[in-house]
Amino acid sequence: MALDDTKKTRIFKVVGTRPDRPDGIDKVTGRARFGADMVAPGMLTGRILRSPHAHARIVKIDTSRAEALPGVKAVVTRADFGDVPDHVADILDNCMAGQKALYDGHAIAAVAAVSPAVARKALKLIEVEYEVLPHVTDVDEAMKPGAPVLHEGRQQETVPPGMSQNVIARSEFGHGDIEAGLVQADRVVERTYRTAATHQGYIEPHACLATMGADGQGDLWVCTQGHYMVRNTCAAILGIEQGQLRVTASEIGGGFGGKTTVFLEPVALMLAKKSGRPVKMVMSRAEVLRATGPTASTSIDVRIGMTKAGRITAGFAELRYQGGAYPGSPVDMGAMSAFAPYDLENVKTIGWDVVTNRPKAAAYRAPGAPMAAFAVESAIDELARGFGLDPLEVRLMNGADEGTKSSYGPTYPAIGLKATLEAAKAHPHWTAPLGENQGRGVACGFWFNFGGDTCVSLNITPDGTVTVSEGNPDIGGSRASMTMMAAEELGIPYDQVRTIIADTGALGQNEVTDGSRVTFAVGLATIEAARAAKREMCRRAAMVWGIDEEAVEWEDGAARPAGPNAGRFPPMTIKEIAAIASNTGGPIAGHHEVTAEGAGVSFATHMVDVAVDPETGATKILRYTVFQDAGKAVHPSYVEGQFQGGAVQGIGWALNEEYIYGEDGILQNPGFLDYRIPVASDLPMIDTVILEIPNPGHPYGVRGVGETSIVPPLAAIANAVSAAAGVRMTQLPMSPPRVLAAIQAGG
Amino acid sequence: MVKVLLWGSLADLADGTREVAVEAATLRDLLDGLARDHPGLRPELERGVSVSIDGRIYNDSWFTPIGPESEVVLLKRLQGG
Repeated sequence: MALDDTKKTRIFKVVGTRPDRPDGIDKVTGRARFGADMVAPGMLTGRILRSPHAHARIVKIDTSRAEALPGVKAVVTRADFGDVPDHVADILDNCMAGQKALYDGHAIAAVAAVSPAVARKALKLIEVEYEVLPHVTDVDEAMKPGAPVLHEGRQQETVPPGMSQNVIARSEFGHGDIEAGLVQADRVVERTYRTAATHQGYIEPHACLATMGADGQGDLWVCTQGHYMVRNTCAAILGIEQGQLRVTASEIGGGFGGKTTVFLEPVALMLAKKSGRPVKMVMSRAEVLRATGPTASTSIDVRIGMTKAGRITAGFAELRYQGGAYPGSPVDMGAMSAFAPYDLENVKTIGWDVVTNRPKAAAYRAPGAPMAAFAVESAIDELARGFGLDPLEVRLMNGADEGTKSSYGPTYPAIGLKATLEAAKAHPHWTAPLGENQGRGVACGFWFNFGGDTCVSLNITPDGTVTVSEGNPDIGGSRASMTMMAAEELGIPYDQVRTIIADTGALGQNEVTDGSRVTFAVGLATIEAARAAKREMCRRAAMVWGIDEEAVEWEDGAARPAGPNAGRFPPMTIKEIAAIASNTGGPIAGHHEVTAEGAGVSFATHMVDVAVDPETGATKILRYTVFQDAGKAVHPSYVEGQFQGGAVQGIGWALNEEYIYGEDGILQNPGFLDYRIPVASDLPMIDTVILEIPNPGHPYGVRGVGETSIVPPLAAIANAVSAAAGVRMTQLPMSPPRVLAAIQAGG
Repeated sequence: MVKVLLWGSLADLADGTREVAVEAATLRDLLDGLARDHPGLRPELERGVSVSIDGRIYNDSWFTPIGPESEVVLLKRLQGG
């Protein structure tokens, strides 16, 4: 559904305002029910036994002593699951290991017992015989011939012969002639950049409550970004029909991509099936860090040539991403997005997808893009500073615009990159003075955004208030956004609409809450559902007035005769039409089901000031401003929140966060004491500037905003730290010891 | 005939050319035609792709129309978080 033709004249009445969030009181009073809050009569506690080895063949599992323990109602191993379809084979193997344990923390067996104490005791009684194998956790090491191999025969046809079996796939994007472009440059920067694996750091651990009746019907309460995905995946793994499993999404305490797959859920259902009792499972923080899905660690080579005037003549990047124990790192997205902000004649990226003995990477907010942007934006910054050029002007000179052939292939329609750069240039932050040991960095970022399967049902109640049912867990304020778009379209106040997240039995298929898709795609469906309801209400009014329905229009929450020739009737409000619905044909509703396409791409520019202590290497963020194109900002406070959240996660990724593995392949820091995410006292207020370049693929011009904001921070902060420290930082995190070592080496 | 731009590493699997021509009026025609005319692309097509048509990205809508002058670019299947 394209941008409304009325875009030039439309004056929004609800969209663009900042009403209270509908879930606010529940969340601050503790009434909101999260994954671990649900209980059921006769409920058991489920626990998982996890591998203490990074790589080991599972020779034998003896569960007999655990099964004999009083209070144990079920024990599950991989043997309890049958053959599964190919598309869920790796997912099942990640939830419950088959032949091998592939990383520290890999699930080996599970128990359901009458109490947590009994469950813990039962785990200790499970005897597992391992044949410990050599392991590899580093991406570059894993690619070497002779590296320990995780899987045989998984390599794709795109990989040249002779490479390690750990190298799963190769991809290549770009156009032009890199070598010819580099020859035209006055200077070429060639560097290798490295980033650590980081976790999304959502505050709520994974949790679910499963029941599976003797009749084969199951119910699942779960904290997830996509309960339809959970239903479909679990049904495939358990070999049941999707319609037999109803999944209800709890409130969600963060996801950021990490809850777009399953970890506990199929195991909980199998334990419930075997025990005949409800089974609740809640991960500890250590389990979250060891055995869910962090993002990839990377190693990236970059070569960029630039003239002394600032024109980029060629850009090349070779990206190596390890995505953990199974194929599917986000390297393709990194390779496609690395140079996406720029208009380049010669550009090429090569991506390598590599497996290692680490937990399988899950999506993390713009998966793959932040690391690529760190490498490319760092090199551009180094070139610009080397020539004494203004880094914003260099980006404006080379920035992509409408008609640019992007580095990943398509020609851009209207885009907002240069608007973010111009806004940055005009902002007082850019010219504010800096003190001693302080530096300022900027960087740009890009993300694709997408749509996908979406269903919305909108019901007019007998008193004329409105309920909207959507199928996407509300992570970033979607209930408020849908309520606002429904109110806008119907011409009624915000408080006359309530939006709920329906379970999987209530609506058709809904894509996961990911890809920055919900405000775009569910909003589109909400508007169409409201339009369907309006058409029906106009028809009812026409019946009452005895005129043609084409002669009735909807305005400001009421049906009205479309013109003087239609007759002289007073407006009939939504409440009046609803009150007589039973007399005019029955209840009134609108619904819309769509595979939403046409999500517009998004760009951002970030600017950050830091202070680096030359004696300790510690970095303090002094000031941070985000400039991003949001299309139409439906609820600006939520948009600002997305911008701020992306910046803060990026600050953690840039400065502190890191999966640290020992020589034994065991994760050394599976807790928030040693895996340090930013806290409020680490941060200044994150300033935001919303640019509104309408997305032509949405009736109100909305585009996704949730992911782009995490793409630029790694590079912006690295550029700021490099300026403050006087030495180029090429490895994340820029922890105090690493920065101090770089200063000392540079001095 | 619709001209389809392939990403770099796919060219090796399509007789070495970055741009192939396919008889297609819809996205479904396009994907079927690519698999038929260029069997080397089938594994990648089966793993799933996204397609940019005149700068807008599509994943699943088979009957999205494609004009003979449309710019069509095959993309890796997009993921999000």
